[in-house]
Amino acid sequence: MALQDLCNFGDMFQEPGYLEESPIQFGFPFASSESVPLPFPMGHGTTTLAFLFQGGVLAAADTRSSCSGLVACPAAQKILPIHSHLVGTTSGTSADCALWKRILSRELRLYQLRHGRRLSTGGAAKLLSHMLHPFKGTELCVAATLCGWDGGELDDGCRDDHKGSEADDSERRDTTETPKADVETTAGAPGEKVSLSKTQSSSCTKRQCSRRKISFSGPGLFYVCSDGTRLEGKLFSVGSGSPYAYSILDQGVRWGLTVEEATSIAREAVYRATHRDAYSGNFVDIYHVTPNGWTRRTREDLKEEYYREKERVKTRGKQRETSREKKSKHRGVFWRDKLASSEQILN
Amino acid sequence: MEYLIGIQGPDYVLVAADNVAASSIIQMKHDYDKMFKLSDKILLLCVGEAGDTVQFAEYIQKNVQLYKMRNGYELSPSAAANFTRKNLADYLRSRTPYHVNLLLAGHDDADGPGLFYMDYLASLAKAPFAAHGYGAFLTLSILDRYYRPDLTRDEAVDLLKKCVEELNRRFILNLPSFNVRLIDKDGIHDMEKISIGTK
Repeated sequence: MALQDLCNFGDMFQEPGYLEESPIQFGFPFASSESVPLPFPMGHGTTTLAFLFQGGVLAAADTRSSCSGLVACPAAQKILPIHSHLVGTTSGTSADCALWKRILSRELRLYQLRHGRRLSTGGAAKLLSHMLHPFKGTELCVAATLCGWDGGELDDGCRDDHKGSEADDSERRDTTETPKADVETTAGAPGEKVSLSKTQSSSCTKRQCSRRKISFSGPGLFYVCSDGTRLEGKLFSVGSGSPYAYSILDQGVRWGLTVEEATSIAREAVYRATHRDAYSGNFVDIYHVTPNGWTRRTREDLKEEYYREKERVKTRGKQRETSREKKSKHRGVFWRDKLASSEQILN
Repeated sequence: MEYLIGIQGPDYVLVAADNVAASSIIQMKHDYDKMFKLSDKILLLCVGEAGDTVQFAEYIQKNVQLYKMRNGYELSPSAAANFTRKNLADYLRSRTPYHVNLLLAGHDDADGPGLFYMDYLASLAKAPFAAHGYGAFLTLSILDRYYRPDLTRDEAVDLLKKCVEELNRRFILNLPSFNVRLIDKDGIHDMEKISIGTK
């Protein structure tokens, strides 16, 4: 991906011991030198996005893997399933992302075997964040969003603490309503105390703790970065194409979207980002996480989308032409009178 | 980019922090809470480098709670502030210094309210009012002008609103909303968020 550009790895290709000359003659030293400085630190060469809605979590990403201005792989996979109910989008160095996702899967599986329950999305995000912390300041580069559905099948030790708390109310409601209620609590709507206590405790082993753990079953979305950032949210987009994707998503993403509407806005956001961003492109992958696990949409070629849109624009243009012709017949009269009155004003 | 402010009154401390979590030019979150609850009457406000803030603040938070579990009583705000400063100083000349700027606000039954200013170079100062961030350049003189040691709670909130108004007028970055909390002998109270357009 585009990290090599940022780190000026151009000179690395000058000194291969076993090759007198690099076989790839793209004029590497010239191609990778940055004569124009970047306006702001460019994100990693990709477009990934994820958001929550009433039907679960939707994650979408492009599939272009770039390297110093060259497309290393047009059909990479940037959304990696971690377990049956957790999916992670990846951005940064592909090798680092693939490795750390596998490490995370292993650790989550170990947790599940040891504790008898799946770790929540927030817990997985915290685990990943703490595993990446020792590498802060090195060139490790992983920016992932973890999208999952939390099971809510907790051990009984914690349930007693929650009688009469807000979290308990949401558990008593219908499963169809739970995600909405739970996302509202995580957004801190009933008061800052809720969000405060969420940041504090991640395990409820100590009964004496004055804080309450908010345990719920519902969708979870967390952004984890190798610089240490760990954010919870309802909508994230990561990568060099993310500003383009954000502007499309901010216009249309709401809680009440249907699955088809959500899929179509995610597709459109990735399509627009790949159109403008050089480091994103080729195909789009869409994953949907529900209480029953994740499902994957067939990979779509965005080149087709581009041609389809051209057709649509052409047909719309033709329609406007025909309707304009109809109007101009009436307009002729209108304009004649308007000219007459303006002449009067001038005189 | 980020902004923290604290105002100490005769028997309370008022603190506020902005709600933006940013990553280069993008606002990733509009409702991010930068305050960490160390105990029932101590808040730590933390801004600085991306991962360092949460790591360091949670480290201090857990250690303060561990002290309470081990010894049966809580650290006072002054003790917690000195503990925090010591940790910053210890890490300062290591290979992994923490680049964080902090405000610690608390109420002690014996000493009353206290506001402590700490920065990434491990300095510590007890101050009647303090601010962090680029916004501090714009608001410290307002605080200098209008602060009195005997401000009532409403007057302190008005002073805070004056500062936020000035930020919205002159600060180049958009900080649309602020979390506000008040600490007094009864604990930590959440106050109404201040957004653009609040009177």
